[in-house]
Amino acid sequence: MSTQSYFPVPPGVGMEENFLSLDDILLSHERLPVRTECSFPRLGFLERSSDAHDIPEGTKMELPLWLSKGLYERKRKVLSVDLPKVYKEGWRTVFTADPCVVDLHKMGPYYYGLGSQILHFDSPENSDIAQALLQTFIGRFRRTMDSSQNAYNEDTSALVERLDSLEKALFRSGQNGLNSFQSWEKGQASQLTASSLVLNYRKRKLADVQT
Amino acid sequence: MFCEKAMEMIRELHRMSDGQLPAFNEDGLRQVLQEMEALYEQNQADVNEAKSFGRSDLIPSIKLRHCCLLRNQRCITAYLYDRLLRIRALRWEYGSVLPANVRFHMSAEEVQWFGQYKKSLASFMRSLGEGEGLDITQDIKPPKSLYIQVRCLKDHGEFEIEDGTVILLKKNSQHFLPRWKCEQLIRQGVLEHVVS
Repeated sequence: MSTQSYFPVPPGVGMEENFLSLDDILLSHERLPVRTECSFPRLGFLERSSDAHDIPEGTKMELPLWLSKGLYERKRKVLSVDLPKVYKEGWRTVFTADPCVVDLHKMGPYYYGLGSQILHFDSPENSDIAQALLQTFIGRFRRTMDSSQNAYNEDTSALVERLDSLEKALFRSGQNGLNSFQSWEKGQASQLTASSLVLNYRKRKLADVQT
Repeated sequence: MFCEKAMEMIRELHRMSDGQLPAFNEDGLRQVLQEMEALYEQNQADVNEAKSFGRSDLIPSIKLRHCCLLRNQRCITAYLYDRLLRIRALRWEYGSVLPANVRFHMSAEEVQWFGQYKKSLASFMRSLGEGEGLDITQDIKPPKSLYIQVRCLKDHGEFEIEDGTVILLKKNSQHFLPRWKCEQLIRQGVLEHVVS
C-alpha cells in the first residue's frame, strides 16, 4: 500500500454541488434537453441548426446543466427543462425491474449525480425520480461492495466498466481497504515503499524518451 | 458554445487523477480570460441599451452571458486550486527540492507559492518538540527498528551518515543504514527497503 498525499476536492453530497470539485464541474457539464420560454436576442449563433440572429421562443435545444440551473427560475419562466430519457418513466421501470443488468457507465457516467441535480427543476415526477435513484443504488450496492471486497489480485476492469462514477469511487476505496489489509497480513505494512507519484512520473519520462 | 476552453482545462487535470502535475496551461488560461472579457463587454453594452431604451427583452441574453462568466470563473478557480493541492502533495512526496522536470510544469506564481509553503511548513516543524524541532514528514509509518536494510536501485553517488562515514550508493549494493536517513530516498525510488 502506498500513502497518498494528494487529496482532490470531494464531490458534493446529494443535491449540493461542491464549487471546487473537478468531478462536480464535469457532472454539471452534462447536457439536458430544454425548451426556451422566451427569446434570447443576439445569441442565435449558439444554436447551430439555424442562422437566425436570435434564439426564438420555443426552441428545443440542449444546454449544459450549469446553464440550465443558472437560467431556471420558478417565478419567471425562461426555460423549461425536459428529463433526459434515462430518468423517464420507461427507463425507470427497467431500473426497478433489475438494477444490476444496466450499464450505468453508458447511461451516465454520472447517473446518480445528474439525477439528484435534476431535482432542482420542479417537475411533477421528482419524487418518483428520487425514489428510483435510491432503489437503483440499493439494488446495486451489495454487488459492488461484495466484488470490491473479494476480488484480490484480479482483473476488475470488466466489473468496473459498468459502474457509475459514484459506485466506481466506492469500489476503489473498497479495493484499497482490501489491499492494505492483505499487505498487513503478510507483514508488508511496515515496509517503506516508493511514492506512487514518483514512480508514475518516472514511467512517463520513460515513455517520453521512447517516442 | 461558451466555456468550452475552461472545460478542456478541467478535463486535462481530471485525466491525471493520481496527482501528477501537468504543464501549466497558460495559453488556455489566457483564452478563457479573453472570452470572459468579451462576454463582459457585450453584457455591458446590452445593459446600457436595455436601460436607456427600455428593452427588457434583452435581459434573458444578459443573464445567459452572466452565467457563462460565473461558470468560467468557477472552472478557473477550481483549476488553480486543484493544482495547488497537487503541488502541496509534491512537498510531501519528493521533499523540499523538486526534480527539474516537475518544476518545469509550474508557473512562476506556483513556484513562489511552493517556496512559501515550504517555509511555513519548516517553521511549524521547528516550533515543535520543545524547541528542538520535529520533522513530521518522517516516520509516517511507525518504525520498528532504528536501522534498516536497503538496496540501491540506481547510482546515487556518495552519502554521508551521522557518524561521518561516507557510503557510496552504487546500483545493486546493499547497506544497513539509519532509517531516518534513508526514508526520503526510499520515497524517491533511489533505495528499496528490504524486508527479510
